Amino acid sequence: MDIFLQQLINGLVLGSIYALVALGYTMVYGILGLINFAHGDIVMVGALVTLTVTQALAGSGLPAPVILLIAACAAIAVCILLGISMERVAYRPLRRAPRLAPLITAIGISMLLQYSAALIWGKQYMPMPELIKTDHYAVAGAQFTGLQAFIFLLACAVMAGLLWFIKTSRIGQAMRATEQNPDVAGLMGIDTNRIISFTFLLGSALGALAGVMVVLYYGLGHYFMGFMLGMKAFTAAVLGGIGNVPGAMLGGMLLGLIESLASGYIGDLTGGVLGSNYRDIFAFLVLILVLVLRPSGLMGQRVSDRA
Amino acid sequence: MKRRHLLSVVAALALAVIYGCGKEAPPPAPKAAAPAAAPAPEMITVKIGSASPLTGPQAHIGIDIRNGVQLAVEDLNAAGVEIGGKKVKFEMVAEDDEANPTKATTVAQKLADAKVAAVVGHFNSGASIPASKIYADAGIPQISPSSTNPKYTQQGFKTTFRVVAHDDQQGPTLGKFAIEKLKAKSIAIIDDSTAYGQGLADAFEATARAAGAKIVAREHTTDKDTDFSAILTKIKGRKPDLIMFGGIDPQAGPMVKQMVSLGIKAKFIGGDGMQTPNFIKLAGDAAEGMMASMPGLPKDQMPGGKAFVEKYKAKFNAEVELFAPMGYDAVMVFVEAMKRAASADPAKFLPEVGNTNHQGVIGPIAFDDKGDLKNGPITIYVVKGGKWEALETVTPGAPESAEPKAAEKSDAAKK
Repeated sequence: MDIFLQQLINGLVLGSIYALVALGYTMVYGILGLINFAHGDIVMVGALVTLTVTQALAGSGLPAPVILLIAACAAIAVCILLGISMERVAYRPLRRAPRLAPLITAIGISMLLQYSAALIWGKQYMPMPELIKTDHYAVAGAQFTGLQAFIFLLACAVMAGLLWFIKTSRIGQAMRATEQNPDVAGLMGIDTNRIISFTFLLGSALGALAGVMVVLYYGLGHYFMGFMLGMKAFTAAVLGGIGNVPGAMLGGMLLGLIESLASGYIGDLTGGVLGSNYRDIFAFLVLILVLVLRPSGLMGQRVSDRA
Repeated sequence: MKRRHLLSVVAALALAVIYGCGKEAPPPAPKAAAPAAAPAPEMITVKIGSASPLTGPQAHIGIDIRNGVQLAVEDLNAAGVEIGGKKVKFEMVAEDDEANPTKATTVAQKLADAKVAAVVGHFNSGASIPASKIYADAGIPQISPSSTNPKYTQQGFKTTFRVVAHDDQQGPTLGKFAIEKLKAKSIAIIDDSTAYGQGLADAFEATARAAGAKIVAREHTTDKDTDFSAILTKIKGRKPDLIMFGGIDPQAGPMVKQMVSLGIKAKFIGGDGMQTPNFIKLAGDAAEGMMASMPGLPKDQMPGGKAFVEKYKAKFNAEVELFAPMGYDAVMVFVEAMKRAASADPAKFLPEVGNTNHQGVIGPIAFDDKGDLKNGPITIYVVKGGKWEALETVTPGAPESAEPKAAEKSDAAKK
């Protein structure tokens, strides 16, 4: 039982990172109908910026939380800048182009980011200095660290804040209006270009935050780390219903839990035929089932013009 | 009059040398001034291929190998080598196999097409094995500095050699060490699903089982993952006293970190892929007390180790990661075979590679009939105070352990 609980904790921490990244995919898809494949690499840039800033400040004598705060702010700033300029340069000129064109530029931008990062940071795995010695807590035999709790709680707080923001603020309303129909929203006096830029800003900031969490949790960064993370987060977004903000959160958490439980129990369930390296089979099996039974995802609405 | 003529010839030559410098290496000193000089020996260029991952997660280890090869080539050129009466200039052709088996075959074909005389590579067993067929077909001898999967030399190719102990030696050594020295009774095994990691883990498992240890969990991950909390949690539930990992440092680092945060108290041991400075950097404080084996002697106990480490540092301003000394020696083995055969033609010097008896940086190098290193020593290391420290050296095949104490102990046990 304590092992099961431990797997749940592992899954929730993993899931909160997936969820934060998935939000970036889903918000952009909701408004533009574009799958922004470069989003995973924005997370990577956020992670590596955090790493560099922390390494630079590690010997400065500042208290650890201050260093991390500075690093996180730097990461968020860089990612926001990247996200907005990416939209300007690569997506805005193609907004009226066939659907395939921006998809291909997205893949191009993703590679551009990866290999620019490889040039800047090199191709090695980079270690994150251990600034905070995390304390261990135990609940009913399951252990977790203060860092894990912090990641989970921060992710939840950020997501709650985001939901509230989209529901109540004027910009949030404008975002929802643009999502429903950009042309009509434009006629109602909404500057849709600004709203789209803002969506990229929000998504990139969340991505940067996820990057900070990844380097804190795993203690390492690498120029290719955004690829698999992006793939998983995209899956999570589709699972929850792409374009749907609460859906991305649910999808992320679910995917984290499925992965954790699958790698914990897949070996026993199949009598040792499938090892824990097959956990992705379970994750994608669930995805296929959801898509067959509910093509628009768990929380997605049926939208006739998008499939 | 005559003298002035000669002077002008020399001056012209000197000019030619100065202008020629930009493009090519300067020709031999203007001997032409001396009348009736013996014809300069014919200069031939011999290409040595180096194939390892130069990009991607394992780039640091691949670049290390390439640097070793480069160092060897530069040393040879500086010393000047004659093969069959002809002066030889060596040239390195370095290719990037991205640690990818498919890319490795492309790279192998590229090297074969470039008519390299010999290849040092590849790093990964998963890359060396598919590439070895292409080298064998082209008749190019191949020495892997690092591939430890036994299959590599068991394919019946005459061209495959390696200068490290293989997993059938390393795995059992680790297994024996775990049972006899660490007194492990229940063991959990994780591998990274690569030819190297799984091969090592399988060999370890067989030895440990035979010695009566209980294998409480056998888990697999991949060589791209960084999250092992689920696997480790499962293992925690089985309460092993030792966890063995077959894989490399980018996984081993976060793995031990997550072990500590899950509160797992078991000991941790792995193979040569994680015995790197990078592992300690990635794992931080969690690295303390973790163990790993490494084929070969400790760098400072290698006959040429200290000088090599210094030379390497002066040249590349970096620490030797792992296999640079093996890469260096591999080139030397090739060149000695060429000298003995008096030819740089692979068809002619290939049989001589098998007859190698070379005192290299890493120690004596000789091959058995399969191309495996004879009596390759294996050293077990432990992380102490943020550094790898040699714990014990074992030479498989040789019944006496390199450490006299251990031999005494086993004698005592027999009595």
